[in-house]
Amino acid sequence: MPKSKLPFSLLERLTNAVAVSGDEGEVRKIVLEEINPFVDEVKTDALGNVLAVKRGRGKKRLRVMIAAHMDEVGFMLVDKAEKGIFRFETVGGVDPRQLVGKPVWVGKKHVPGVIGAKPIHLTKPDETERKIPVEALRIDVGLGNANVNVGDRAAFATKFRRIGPSIRAKALDDRLGVATLIHLLKNPPENVDILAAFTVQEEVGLRGARVAAYAMNPDVAFVLDATPAYDMPHYDEEKENVRYNTRLDAGPAIYVADGATLSDPRLLRHLQETADAEKIPYQIRQPGGGGTDAGAIHRARAGVPSVSISVPTRYLHTAMSLCRAKDWENTIHLLSAALSRLSPRLLENPR
Amino acid sequence: MTKLLPFLKDLLSAPGLSGYETPVARLIEDAWRDLTDETTQSKVGSLHALKRGEGDAPRPSLMIATHMDAIGLMATEVVEGFIRVTEIGGIDPRVLPGQAVTVHGTRDLPGVIVQPPAHLLPDDAEGGAPLPLEYLLVDVGLPPRRVARLVPAGSPISFATEPVSLQGETLTGHSLDNRASVAALTLCLQELQKQRHAWDVWAVATAQEEETLGGALTSAFALTPDIAIALDVTFAKGPGASGWETFPLGEGITLGWGPNIHPALHRRFKEIADELEIPYEVEPTPWHSGTDAMALQIAAEGIPTMVIGIPIRYMHTPVEVASLKDIRRAGRLLAAFIARLETDFLENIVWDD
Repeated sequence: MPKSKLPFSLLERLTNAVAVSGDEGEVRKIVLEEINPFVDEVKTDALGNVLAVKRGRGKKRLRVMIAAHMDEVGFMLVDKAEKGIFRFETVGGVDPRQLVGKPVWVGKKHVPGVIGAKPIHLTKPDETERKIPVEALRIDVGLGNANVNVGDRAAFATKFRRIGPSIRAKALDDRLGVATLIHLLKNPPENVDILAAFTVQEEVGLRGARVAAYAMNPDVAFVLDATPAYDMPHYDEEKENVRYNTRLDAGPAIYVADGATLSDPRLLRHLQETADAEKIPYQIRQPGGGGTDAGAIHRARAGVPSVSISVPTRYLHTAMSLCRAKDWENTIHLLSAALSRLSPRLLENPR
Repeated sequence: MTKLLPFLKDLLSAPGLSGYETPVARLIEDAWRDLTDETTQSKVGSLHALKRGEGDAPRPSLMIATHMDAIGLMATEVVEGFIRVTEIGGIDPRVLPGQAVTVHGTRDLPGVIVQPPAHLLPDDAEGGAPLPLEYLLVDVGLPPRRVARLVPAGSPISFATEPVSLQGETLTGHSLDNRASVAALTLCLQELQKQRHAWDVWAVATAQEEETLGGALTSAFALTPDIAIALDVTFAKGPGASGWETFPLGEGITLGWGPNIHPALHRRFKEIADELEIPYEVEPTPWHSGTDAMALQIAAEGIPTMVIGIPIRYMHTPVEVASLKDIRRAGRLLAAFIARLETDFLENIVWDD
């Protein structure tokens, strides 16, 4: 795929949309619009997952579930403090240290607001050493409350931007996966049935993926996500950074084991063999914690052989995440190539 | 005629860190050129604009100082493509992680301030505690070798948060401290196109307030005004700020009171605000005002000085919030004060509270 074909404008629309867990409507609308002309079946399930089927040709096709979550971390307004000022709670894993001094969008109309902080002039010197807890922060929309209510979701107000070889946006976790899956449905391999699951509520407990996997009952599953790249220098220049998880510019990150899933060894080998054969760079995500929708999918029904592939991304769950376009492109390559080379015989192999 | 909101948004979008004010100074000069008789630049980068009065020469003059410089960061070194930084002006490092910035290297580079994970920090950097500035990095999304080439140590770094209108005629942005006051002074100059005044007026956009007050001190010396007024932002009430130092947002300006402020000037401003029904509160500053007035008052042989405050929330964060109404009020009050200045005003004021 030539570089110019990467669906940047789609990713831009997806990352500028707000879809905090439980309120994924804005992204769901884009997904439905984009995939409708290209799929054989599509439905929105009881939780709001978008489940679509794109059938292949020929006999003995594997039924391959591919999941990407639509939701993002963010906030919910939980109490009105005074005119234009609201208490809020975080939704999903957000470091409170990332909240202070940020512009936000509130509600379906993206009403602008800010999370302010006490002026430094009125702050005692030892205070700056203490974390400001979420309870002490407020969302401020100015001197009025129009279109802002308790219960509304809010997200960081960050606009998509390409910077040289990089992409900077909020919610690259997991709009990268959503954009990749939409792209795949528009350019599908014909040897498999693609069961595309655009899932909800991943950030609050993989709830969408669980019911989607049950409903789809796939033979195997691939999960597309974004995973942290901690590829920055150690403060102490004598020390090496040995826990980088993944690195930018090193290609898609393939999961062997994370906090929720042990990847199916056959799928893992298949991805590596595909990458080697097609000369696609890849990296093994450092085994460890964290998790993806695979954590729910591989345990659905009688079990689903599963593996995850992520775009290595810096600063996930903050106002501004950053990845390389090339890593995304190679992720799309690897996924399509791996699907094209997939046959039911894979599952006949020993694990 | 400059419209307040778009002009202010332009001001907030222009770089102009302390000592590097040129980009914003050009923008201000463009707006002031048509409103004044001459504009010049001071030796340290302040912008002077003279609007002559109608009194007989030699006329008395007053200077209105609004500092145009902004707080920000500066690159100290590049390590593996990441930029280490120090601060320009006073910044609580807790507001920095995740902020959009522009690195003014050999060209302007968009970047983001990064909080590295605990395992890449010294053991004493406790997990979960806010990180001091020395541990934070800036990522400009480019390969390490290009960053090293494009970002020499000493490159200034501006906040890049976009100005955005909020509800009830308020707006948010970085550098409302003190571009809000620059906008108010611009409104005052517009108002003076319609009002006659005897005194010469020096509109001054001062440099380097956030670091040294060096702009105000040197401009006051160079221009030797008979009266000096510092127009600056002050603390609005809001989340985290409710003490006696704070004033309601959008409900009026403040008139400074304390040793930096000449009591007769304070009284005159109060009378005029009452007359025009411009809402205000008295802002007590028991030691000093924390503004350019500290320098203006002690320039040369000393100058009677006054401080006007525009309340803003979240001062020195990238999401300061100001009220357009208060900005207009400040401009209107200043113009009224100037228009009412009698030629012999100076002879009638003494330091007597």
